[in-house]
Amino acid sequence: MNDRTPTPESTDRSEPRDGYFGAFGGSYVPEALSAALTQLREAWRAADGDPGFHATLDTLRRDYGGRPTPLYHAARLSEAAGVEIWLKREDLAHTGSHKINNVVGQALLARRMGKPRVIAETGAGQHGVATATAAALFGLRCTVYMGAEDCRRQRLNVVRMQLLGAEVVPVESGTRTLKDAINEAMRDWVSNVEDTHYLIGSAMGPHPFPTIVRELQRVISVESRAQFDAQAGGLPDAVVACVGGGSNAIGSFAEWIDTPEVALIGVEAAGEGVGSGRSAATITEGSEAVLHGSRSIVLVDDDGQVMPAHSVSAGLDYPGVGPEHAWLARSGRATYVAATDAEALEGFRRLCELEGIIPALEPAHAVGWVLEHGRRTLGEGARIVLTMSGRGDKDVDEVVEVAGWDVGVERAFGAGGGDS
Amino acid sequence: MSVVPAGEARIRDAFARAAGEGRAALVVYLTGCFPDPATSRACFEAAVEAGADVLEIGVPFSDPMMDGPIIQAANQAVLDAGVGVGDQLALVGELAGLDVPKLVMTYVTIADRRGYGRFAAECADAGLDGVILPDLPAEEAGEWVDHARDRGLATVFLASSVSTDQRLRAIAGVSTGWVYATGLLGVTGVRSVAGDVTRELVARIRQVTDTPVAVGIGVKDRSSAAEVAAYADGVIVGSAVVRAAADGDPATAPHRVGALVRELSAGVASARPRSG
Repeated sequence: MNDRTPTPESTDRSEPRDGYFGAFGGSYVPEALSAALTQLREAWRAADGDPGFHATLDTLRRDYGGRPTPLYHAARLSEAAGVEIWLKREDLAHTGSHKINNVVGQALLARRMGKPRVIAETGAGQHGVATATAAALFGLRCTVYMGAEDCRRQRLNVVRMQLLGAEVVPVESGTRTLKDAINEAMRDWVSNVEDTHYLIGSAMGPHPFPTIVRELQRVISVESRAQFDAQAGGLPDAVVACVGGGSNAIGSFAEWIDTPEVALIGVEAAGEGVGSGRSAATITEGSEAVLHGSRSIVLVDDDGQVMPAHSVSAGLDYPGVGPEHAWLARSGRATYVAATDAEALEGFRRLCELEGIIPALEPAHAVGWVLEHGRRTLGEGARIVLTMSGRGDKDVDEVVEVAGWDVGVERAFGAGGGDS
Repeated sequence: MSVVPAGEARIRDAFARAAGEGRAALVVYLTGCFPDPATSRACFEAAVEAGADVLEIGVPFSDPMMDGPIIQAANQAVLDAGVGVGDQLALVGELAGLDVPKLVMTYVTIADRRGYGRFAAECADAGLDGVILPDLPAEEAGEWVDHARDRGLATVFLASSVSTDQRLRAIAGVSTGWVYATGLLGVTGVRSVAGDVTRELVARIRQVTDTPVAVGIGVKDRSSAAEVAAYADGVIVGSAVVRAAADGDPATAPHRVGALVRELSAGVASARPRSG
């Protein structure tokens, strides 16, 4: 099942290569990591072919992770949007996001490879929390790299990781966000490769990570496809998911890629707007380039220097994207659109008010896009599966600060007049 | 019958000349245009004056995953000053009077963004003899190596103590000029060279190639240079030299670089003569 290389080819590189999706992917890493990547490829191949591995994974996902997550018909949101919206509730999975799907699988791989330590990068903190959780569960040592700016924006998740026994390292270099956390994790891995597994959280990085993460996140669409057929009947018109590095989106798309009548729509973060220079809409605005071990689409200048991304969402604030998404975009199988900070905040607010669900800012981009563009793009009453990739507890401080909403915080806590 | 590219021949001559003097070659890395283009040029001149046999000119990339804090900081300062790849190649052109082989060290993203063909042409036109791309592994390198060879450029590949024998053969098969043996598992400028492991790596590489083997990453002073020079064909020093350029008044940076390179050169010369 690894690396099916479907047609048509996206570019002139016509020869399908191992570890590539069309022209994208590959393994651009220092030689010190070569042995670890070979070991990982072999461990994954062995695990993927081992019914015992899958049985353990399924049991953990069910009893520990809370799977299957529900598919929920959001009737009031649907009415507001003019399309029929079904939410795939990854926010109800253990740790509050889809990230747990991947980390449990990779932690099992780390154990199979005899590696007692895992490291991870994190943007919004969701992958860091999930990794710290799996490390606690399996008795692994854990270090999480997180941009210093993101530590500030997502303080709750920093505390959660520390409670779970992980060491959190704030990264002060570069833009102090996700891309710099990945650089620092790579440097750690180069230095400690013999006892450490780099538990990459997104569908990016050198081969075989994009494939492993897709296969471990595939459970999202395996479930949603069966649930949609049982609950709504037939096929949806579109599957919509937010895209930063692209792990929830690739898991949401995986089972539908070979079903062309279902549109696949990835929603990137447009920050202050496409063309504003303050955006994270990589596929919309970027160019083909190598970043973090693979060739994909990246926000780069003419010299190849990576440009800072911007998004209200720390999890989407990344100037690259997983190589399979680059291929799905170039081949035309999936469509990538962008939602601004303002649209995401509107999606956040409407989902709270209409459905009683506080979403993470990442999937709020998908909600915001559907509210604004769904009916016009897909037609009145179109049936949509939208992946609610995480819950928004971590984001409430940031949302109140950024949006400047008066939600009664002052009244509730009596600015200056509290009793203590 | 293949013709040895001009750049490779010049690099091999430099290593042969050092070997003829009974010592290893000294390869010095400095971040290009750091702290500014004029001072940078003077630093490279001082390094050669003090005994550098080969120069590596670092072209900064925004996300250098192989580099530790010293080179990261220098890279970032150069990028923040608005220095582009074109400015770096112009600097190389200004070093034409220095009669040592010159290689550019950067990341694959920089070469790939311009297109391998154009980047190779620009490097050759600037007077470079070779290129080092530490995140381009041998199995991804075919297209680049073809362009480099067409332009007379050598390409130096890195080998690691965790590389399998099969991979070492592949690396030795594509690496021209020298094979770069990494002295430790890690990034530049943090830890010291791991003696036994590196000695064994050099011996393993020698079993599969006649190309000279130089050791870099973890060499920082006279004694570590001497230690490595006792068993390798070349000694590569980067972070320590960049630190010398960075720490203190920029006006005297060339003086500090020259003083350190003289120390390193003395360390290399003092190593016990190598047999065979």
